[in-house]
Amino acid sequence: MSKIKPSKGAPYARILGVGGYRPTRVVPNEVILETIDSSDEWIRSRSGIETRHWASDEETVAAMSVEASGKAIADAGISAEQIGGVIVSTVSHFKQTPAVATEIADKLGTNKAAAFDISAGCAGFGYGLTLAKGMIVEGSAEYVLVIGVERLSDLTDLEDRATAFLFGDGAGAVVVGPSQEPMIGPTVWGSEGDKSETIKQTVPWTDYRSGEVAKFPAITQEGQAVFRWAVFEMAKVAQQALDAAGISANDLDVFIPHQANERIIDSMVKTLKLPQHVTVARDVRTTGNTSAASIPLAMERLLATGEAKSGDTALLIGFGAGLVFAATVVTLP
Amino acid sequence: MAATQEEIVEGLAEIVNEIAGIPVEDVQLDKSFTDDLDVDSLSMVEVVVAAEERFDVKIPDEDVKNLKTVGDATDYILKHQG
Repeated sequence: MSKIKPSKGAPYARILGVGGYRPTRVVPNEVILETIDSSDEWIRSRSGIETRHWASDEETVAAMSVEASGKAIADAGISAEQIGGVIVSTVSHFKQTPAVATEIADKLGTNKAAAFDISAGCAGFGYGLTLAKGMIVEGSAEYVLVIGVERLSDLTDLEDRATAFLFGDGAGAVVVGPSQEPMIGPTVWGSEGDKSETIKQTVPWTDYRSGEVAKFPAITQEGQAVFRWAVFEMAKVAQQALDAAGISANDLDVFIPHQANERIIDSMVKTLKLPQHVTVARDVRTTGNTSAASIPLAMERLLATGEAKSGDTALLIGFGAGLVFAATVVTLP
Repeated sequence: MAATQEEIVEGLAEIVNEIAGIPVEDVQLDKSFTDDLDVDSLSMVEVVVAAEERFDVKIPDEDVKNLKTVGDATDYILKHQG
């Protein structure tokens, strides 16, 4: 048997830069109320959402990703040619082949970087981050771009009063690169396929194409079941991620949960008994739920407003359709 | 030891008070969680989870929607408590 030379990676990985893109059009609750029987007060009290962004025809999944990635690359202080991998998490890119990651890698000016899409719903950013870290430590890439991007307005049933107000569009990206110190903790992740009906697309595309259903597919969810799982089961996962990283709640500076709903965030903070000093991301108020994009978008905003700073220790947790989840502790770029 | 009806109502009153800020004396058997006590569907989930812990009972998601009043919840717990 011939001896195969092993690959050589970095000792550890870290997030080096973050960037976000929010579509130009800001949509207040009043617009949502044109198609559902509800009220601004009801929407705010059930979700915390005041406004969200909806993409125009020009603000495609690729275009938003390129904008967010450009900022992340600049923030990381590297050049696009140094990027060896582009991972895109999305559930709302309507052209399955080829992967949108290849177009993004090309438009950014990478040097034929490995590029692929993943589908892990609202946990997609954490899944991508975990893959990126593995690629860097294993040595198949020095720098990896992880992008969460969604145009959920395309998958929103504007007549469903339980979800019409919930979703938004946008892209968030981070550059992950080599580190001499561990700055991305162990990921606690997994799936619970037995709960696949809890959050789902109403019907497969093929049913729509065949005319079996007249209404374009949309995302639907069982609100109470999702709330219970998100708050009480995910609080356990968040705690496991803290334990795995050897970080106590007191050591934590920032909590960036998936921006699903502010009520979930409030309840998680309470269940986790996070100390007062921990800054909690509440980007959902003005960005809505942007699935895979929500964590990097919230991270970017906290750093931009100065609510969080470079070097802070942050707990990230994504959870959603699958059901899937991923939590990890990181040092902010 | 299994809780009595009176103990369950008392426990639910404390839970509803903590989660929704409703005075304990307002939590009576005939009161509707949503209409009378201002407990919305998401707070109801918190009430249910707290009740599960307190009374050692499992209340699956599909049963939560049937618990309209404090009396419904009390009966459910009386019947299913461990």
